[in-house]
Amino acid sequence: MHHFILAAIGGAMIGTAAVAMMGLNGRIAGISGILSGVFTQPVNDRLWRVLFIVGLVVGGALPGLLFNLSAPPVPDANIGLVIAGGLLVGIGTGLGSGCTSGHGICGMARLSKRSIIATVIFMFTGVAAVYILRHLFGG
Amino acid sequence: MGKLIAALLSGLIFGAGLAISGMTNTFRVQGFLDIAGAWDPTLAFVMGGGLFVTFIGYKLVLRRPAPLFDDSFSVPTRTDIDKPLWIGAALFGIGWGLVGYCPGPAVAGLGYAYTPTLIFVPTMIAGLLLARPLSKMV
Repeated sequence: MHHFILAAIGGAMIGTAAVAMMGLNGRIAGISGILSGVFTQPVNDRLWRVLFIVGLVVGGALPGLLFNLSAPPVPDANIGLVIAGGLLVGIGTGLGSGCTSGHGICGMARLSKRSIIATVIFMFTGVAAVYILRHLFGG
Repeated sequence: MGKLIAALLSGLIFGAGLAISGMTNTFRVQGFLDIAGAWDPTLAFVMGGGLFVTFIGYKLVLRRPAPLFDDSFSVPTRTDIDKPLWIGAALFGIGWGLVGYCPGPAVAGLGYAYTPTLIFVPTMIAGLLLARPLSKMV
């Protein structure tokens, strides 16, 4: 199957998970928010978050185990870049109250002004970062 | 109990969707952001499929008085564009571009136990925890 079709199917699955989260538990399926809450929310608000994250890890590995889906390549970044990227993604999504899922999918689907603005900004700086990385430094 | 099973299943579907869509492949994500190079539109199809289902699905489920396993919907109500929002989004985008991981795909890719992924996720969590004191400063 062409990877554009797989992308749309996968996207629809992500949407299905987001709708299930809202319809069943009344929650936004934003990964950065669910993940940070594992460490910061009151204890009685943690178990569902842990289970969601466990599901996310297992779900991410399942298609490769069940179907003939090739493993993703190892990310092309040295350790310094990985640490800088991880910190920036964590600090950024924490400060900005959301990531690609919380703002980009859940928030945009609600036509939230904050989410639309956040998505435009992180797309823009993402493009700028890749431009600098690949075309100015040739990495 | 229903709430916990729902969270686990939702995570499973979300993770499988990320893997099937190709978003755990950091080259595809960086390829989407690389508009000056060999542009890879895959991420647009993922966003399209995700937004289509979520837009319609939210309209249907938010019509109900409450979610099935909780007393009320926890939907953000803020509309102000404050400094932490745009500074945070800007920093997130830079980190996203540098490695090609946003939070979901990084966590969903943990099963492959690649060294960069195993380093990225804990540093991202450290960043998430750092954001709390930092948000009082910006």
